[in-house]
Amino acid sequence: MPANPIQLRVNGKSVLVSAGTVLAAAIAQAGVTKFRRAVTGGPRGPLCGMGICMECRVTINGQTQCRSCQTLCEEGMEMRTDE
Amino acid sequence: MSQTRDIIIVGAGIVGVACAMECARGGLKVLVLDRGPIGGGTTAAGMGHIVVMDDSEAQFALTHYSRSLWHELRPQLPEDIEIEVCGTLWVAADDEEMAEVHRKAKNYGQRGVRVEVLNSADLEKAEPNLRRGLAGGLRVVEDFVIYPPCAARHFLEQARKHGAEVRTGVHVKALRSDGSVLLADGSSISAGRCVNAAGPWSPALTPGLPVRKRKGHLVITDRHPGFVHHQIVELGYLKSAHSTGRDSVAFNIQPRKTGQMLIGSSRQFDADDLTVDQAILDRMLKRAIEYLPALGRLSAIRAWTGHRAATPDKLPLIGPSTVSDRIWLATGHEGLGITTSPGTGRLLADLLLGRKTEIPSAPYAPARFANGGAHHE
Repeated sequence: MPANPIQLRVNGKSVLVSAGTVLAAAIAQAGVTKFRRAVTGGPRGPLCGMGICMECRVTINGQTQCRSCQTLCEEGMEMRTDE
Repeated sequence: MSQTRDIIIVGAGIVGVACAMECARGGLKVLVLDRGPIGGGTTAAGMGHIVVMDDSEAQFALTHYSRSLWHELRPQLPEDIEIEVCGTLWVAADDEEMAEVHRKAKNYGQRGVRVEVLNSADLEKAEPNLRRGLAGGLRVVEDFVIYPPCAARHFLEQARKHGAEVRTGVHVKALRSDGSVLLADGSSISAGRCVNAAGPWSPALTPGLPVRKRKGHLVITDRHPGFVHHQIVELGYLKSAHSTGRDSVAFNIQPRKTGQMLIGSSRQFDADDLTVDQAILDRMLKRAIEYLPALGRLSAIRAWTGHRAATPDKLPLIGPSTVSDRIWLATGHEGLGITTSPGTGRLLADLLLGRKTEIPSAPYAPARFANGGAHHE
């Protein structure tokens, strides 16, 4: 059990992380490696980890195209990766 | 070869290439010159909104005629032109603007343009991301959206198929009254006539033209398919676009086939350079977010600018110049050059070839400014 646990849902699956965890890390912790699909259909995931490459974009609480590497996990957050 | 050339068109923007296409189809031997790439100037900074406008009868006639020509062209247009027949949604913020919706609906309806009046609830249903409490709107059903640079390339390909010759990277210095053009390297190319289709740069090639540069900004977002469903324009746009004075902005947004949103618009005179002006860009985006609050959460991935070719009476210059009957003009289309390019090409070719024009050409005749045009403003 992490200290100061936060519960969120990654593609519908419940995940527990420590407060202060970046969303991209929580997604990885949930075992997801394909964060989004490129326009041409190929799988994409975090590359730069600092908000520049835009490859880690996911849908957070219904808002599409959010950078998961620049977002801190919040209690009750619902996030989805591309199919 | 040059002795047999009928016409040189200077400017390979969408207006110039539409003229080239129609002239070549009409059997004229055409040469197109441009210092840059095809459709790389004003054409690349236009939204590509094919729209019927009714600020004046002449504006209505040319936009309506041109839109029908666009619809005729549709089956042959390649995929990369990204046609979206999304319609235009003119949004009324208050009762005063709603009165304009009804006026416009009547005017369009009487002239056979398909429109639908939306009340506040209809508008909310049609565009859920618009802010609540707007008075209503007018949907112009058959307006649509294209990607202008590819349309320009297509027109030029058609011109080439009919024998037109194209040279890019050629810097024209002046159009001369004998129909020839003078190049920056000092050489010249002769022809029966030349056409100045250089848009905002046209006065530099034909001094004295009543055309001024009017700068505009565009912003494009990342992909959010379904965020808006129409090209949405505030009716206040009319006030903004009409003012000939100070800098202005208006809410104007377009859904692209990619799911991106293209956002305009700004208007600035006496702003010659093409750098992005952060202050007016902020005003423009704030205006857009006033109408679409959720837009503020999306990412803009690029901003750029361009110059419109503005005339004092908001109508283009199409036909023989007052300088010489061997220098013709197809310029001054301001914010409607993408829409009106097919009509302009057809009118110019009809006039050059002595054919009957399908709409009266007099309102666009450069001769209306023969006395400087000062009486128009």
